[in-house]
Amino acid sequence: MLLGPALAVSALLFTIGVVGVLFRRNAIVVFMCVELMLNAANLTFVALAQRLGVAGHVFVFFVMAVAAAEAAVGLAIILAIFRHRETVDLGNINLLKG
Amino acid sequence: MTDPHAGLAAWVWLVLALPLAGFLVNGALVFVRPRANGLVTLVGVGTVAAAFGVAVAVATAVGPAHEPLVFRYWDWITAGALRVDFALQVDHLSAVMLLVVTGVGALIHVFSVGYMGADPGYARYFAYLNLFVFFMLVLVLGASFPVMFVGWEGVGLCSYLLIGFWFNERINADAGKKAFIVNRIGDTGFLVAMFLLFRTTGSLDFGDVLARAPATFTAGAPLITAITLLLFLGCTGKSAQIPLFTWLPDAMQGPTPVSALIHAATMVTAGVYLVARCSVLFALAPVASAVVAGVGALTALFAATIALKQWDIKRVLAYSTISQLGYMFVGVGTGAYAAGIFHLVTHAFFKALLFLGSGSVIHAMHHALHATHRHGDAQDMRTMGGLRRCMPWTAGLMWIATLAIAGVPPLSGFFSKDEILTAAFARGTSEPLWYLWWGLGLAAAALTAFYMTRLMLYTFHGPNRTGEGADAHLHEAPWVMTGPLLALGVLAVAGGALNVPPLLGGGAWLHHWLEPVTAAAAAHLPGVHVSRGTEWALVVLAVALAGAGILAAQRLLRPTELLPARAAAPETGFGRVLWRKWYVDELYDALIVRPVQWISSRVLWRLVDARLVDGLLVNGTAAASRALGWLGSRLQTGQLGMYVAVFVIGVLALLSALAR
Repeated sequence: MLLGPALAVSALLFTIGVVGVLFRRNAIVVFMCVELMLNAANLTFVALAQRLGVAGHVFVFFVMAVAAAEAAVGLAIILAIFRHRETVDLGNINLLKG
Repeated sequence: MTDPHAGLAAWVWLVLALPLAGFLVNGALVFVRPRANGLVTLVGVGTVAAAFGVAVAVATAVGPAHEPLVFRYWDWITAGALRVDFALQVDHLSAVMLLVVTGVGALIHVFSVGYMGADPGYARYFAYLNLFVFFMLVLVLGASFPVMFVGWEGVGLCSYLLIGFWFNERINADAGKKAFIVNRIGDTGFLVAMFLLFRTTGSLDFGDVLARAPATFTAGAPLITAITLLLFLGCTGKSAQIPLFTWLPDAMQGPTPVSALIHAATMVTAGVYLVARCSVLFALAPVASAVVAGVGALTALFAATIALKQWDIKRVLAYSTISQLGYMFVGVGTGAYAAGIFHLVTHAFFKALLFLGSGSVIHAMHHALHATHRHGDAQDMRTMGGLRRCMPWTAGLMWIATLAIAGVPPLSGFFSKDEILTAAFARGTSEPLWYLWWGLGLAAAALTAFYMTRLMLYTFHGPNRTGEGADAHLHEAPWVMTGPLLALGVLAVAGGALNVPPLLGGGAWLHHWLEPVTAAAAAHLPGVHVSRGTEWALVVLAVALAGAGILAAQRLLRPTELLPARAAAPETGFGRVLWRKWYVDELYDALIVRPVQWISSRVLWRLVDARLVDGLLVNGTAAASRALGWLGSRLQTGQLGMYVAVFVIGVLALLSALAR
């Protein structure tokens, strides 16, 4: 029931997330795009659970729990970066340059 | 593992330990109390004299033994099938060498007390000299090739140290290096011969190798010929034979007692000892034996011709030594091992006497030149002359040695030289090639008489050419120097009694003494005999030639007309060739030294080392890693988007690969 459209929506969401991570320079937006990708994965789990059993539902709760933790840590890091450098533009944060 | 029947011979370790202790004590004194000459003398001379005493005791114990007495002390090398003990072997041959080394060595040590007394390096000198005696004894007492090789290399080291004893002057240091390097060439042969012997016989102990040799090698086969020729290459280096003789004349840069001990009496005879020690191997290789005798005969004549035109008193004696060593090789190459060793012994007596006598002369000349503030060469015979009036003892004793080396009966050299020539002639009856060696030896004998008489005439006779006022300062050396001369003089006169041939009513004692050592080799040699009449003819011929040489020198040379070196006209014609030593040094310089230096500096240094190793390999590796690092660092942009893009591309590639 509505498996095809559900997977199509999740694929679209995931692609939007990836493209956002790739091309946006604001750390908050990149962070939101990561969340978008996680939720795309969640949608896939739920859609496939009706066919493959309840394990998909269980996984969604795990992902939500981990995503909540990640959001807390990630936002804290971004906040720390902002305090330190007064910007969250990823183009300016290139300390790993060799 | 001490043989209960060894008796006094079991003390042989003490003969080694004494000079070694002397070296250690004197070596310590060099650093602690270099001016304690009395203590240095006591230790230096005392240890060697005591070693002589022990050596006499050991030799008496060896006399009745028929088998070599071998004393094993500890395992030295054990690797696979190779097993070498540090073991000493005392037999009749090493007993003779033992007595010569410690006996003549002790006399030369005593002489050195006077000769080197004023030298600031006195303690260092005696330390080196004791170390030399130690290594020489290791050489003659070693029970296997490797132990002998330790001594062989050790005496080479001491020779180097003592030639360059006055190393402040470059020429002395260069002479030391030359001796060391030329000897290394010969040592290569010795080493390869050892490898081959181990491969074929499975052992390096003299006893095993010599016992297994007749069964292992076919007589005259290429293998045994190669081994013996390689051994002989080692001998040509150590014993200064053609082609490796050039180091010995230069070795005269060392102190004169060193020349007497190392470069006349003992070390240079190591090659003769080696051939006699390996007599069985050489007897199995007739070609190699012919080469040994031939090289010996050629060297004897060749060196004698050079000695005719040298002006440096020690150089004459150096070439004379090379020539006499040639005789010894004729002896041992012919198979007359006892005759070769006999000449080794008598030569040690009279040549040590000649060298010490020349040392006494140089000592006096040095003082006279110093006292009259002249800068002449204290060793040039042209600045000497008439010295017999000032130093009668030295003159008389050196005349005895001269007559002995010329082969005038009944002095020692007559018996030993005559025995070698007779043996060569006798071998000629079955192998005519030996007639040639005999002829060369005979010619060399006549030249020997000539150049030695020349040395004596120019040094001790005629007017004195040292210069105004030098007469008053030329005088005989102190007794500590003439004493050893006197002892050696007695030995040079009476040494022949060791081995008076049956022809002259003697018992050939040394010949019989050495029989336990030489008998095994004699079994492989053709038995040759010449009639009594022929022997007498040979004796008369040799004596006549010696007499002719002496008389010719007396007639032809005019010490009264000789000019000092600074006024002398340069030699011309053939005399110049002889004076320049047949240009052998120049030849080696052009053929070997310069090409090696050219290759070393141009190819090996500038090209291989500087360009290839340093440039390409060392610096190249560094440059390559730096370039790779630079490339890697370009990937790290620090841009997060870049990393994620690479990551996504990677994941997509992985997924597409898995989905297929």
